[in-house]
Amino acid sequence: MKKQLKNKPRYTSVAKAFAVVGVLLSAIAIMAFGLNSEPEKTKATPIVIRKDSVASVKAFKQVYSVLMSARCMNCHPSGNVPLQGDDSHLHTMSPQRGVDGKGVYAMKCANCHQATNTPGLHTPPGNPNWHLPPADMKMIFQGRSPRQLAKQIIDPKQNGHKDMKKLIAHADDGLVLSGWNPGEGRTLPPMSHAAFKKAWITWLTTGAYAPKK
Amino acid sequence: MININVNGTAHQIEADPNTPLLWVIRDIIGLTGTKFGCGVAQCGACVVHLNGEAVRSCVTKVSRAEGQNIVTIEGLSANNNHPAQLAWNQEQVPQCGYCHSGQIMSAAVLLRENNNPSDADIDAAMAGNICRCGTYQRIRKAIHTAAELQRKESASK
Repeated sequence: MKKQLKNKPRYTSVAKAFAVVGVLLSAIAIMAFGLNSEPEKTKATPIVIRKDSVASVKAFKQVYSVLMSARCMNCHPSGNVPLQGDDSHLHTMSPQRGVDGKGVYAMKCANCHQATNTPGLHTPPGNPNWHLPPADMKMIFQGRSPRQLAKQIIDPKQNGHKDMKKLIAHADDGLVLSGWNPGEGRTLPPMSHAAFKKAWITWLTTGAYAPKK
Repeated sequence: MININVNGTAHQIEADPNTPLLWVIRDIIGLTGTKFGCGVAQCGACVVHLNGEAVRSCVTKVSRAEGQNIVTIEGLSANNNHPAQLAWNQEQVPQCGYCHSGQIMSAAVLLRENNNPSDADIDAAMAGNICRCGTYQRIRKAIHTAAELQRKESASK
């Protein structure tokens, strides 16, 4: 009994040593895992679609008023010549769309349209990526009814192969944003970019319903 | 200091980066073949080549040209013998001549990209170059002639 009592502390210390080693190994393993593993990627917020045809059509009415304003429609013409000015007349000099939407020969968009707006009235507005939609997907706004335009925008075969995520992201595209920085003497779209973006996302996330007409 | 290459020569330019390339070419470098017409990219008199493209130097800031290759009418050919220059001479195109360095620089881009342009191609390429003397018919004829000269030249090589 006495012997047993005497040995007990030895077993206890061995067990303690194992426990300490075990804890340390676990800690090292956890640390090593932490060092080797990629930081967890921020999960994108899933797009939640809550179908509401009334809210959707109402939002598209606002979207349509922006898309049909000169700042958007002028580069989405029905022909191959861009439009110009608040009255959306044919661009003087008749520059052509070209295959890639960036003009032809000596008449390429970037020959006049610089990376930024040129100061002064009646000077070329600028953007580093100035272009029309390409010839094989013209994405025409001019002349489209609200119904036609809504259906066109959500069709990947007509919208530049954009899915819902890309459509939502397109509200912040550089060339879209330049509609709100059009250079001197040009009227802005009928609402702020923030209001447009809100209407755009509302339209899409309520089911992207097309108006009846 | 801004480094630009004009007609194969390197230049170190002391100028505000917002200075139009046109004024750097004319006033600082001293090449006056490129003309000022409107100053707002509407007429084409100031066309030069920036990396081969027919940019309008009146609205192109010199900062855009930094480190790039610029060609003006003076550097289009070694002996004024670019097919467009030969054709312009042959067809006696200019009247007052003011717009024609820009016209020829635009035509040169068309001829590089299309060795047999139709009238429609010529219209599409040249619609941004205005001529107050109205030499458009001769310009069109000269471009056809230049295209022919160019085709013969490449066939003989």
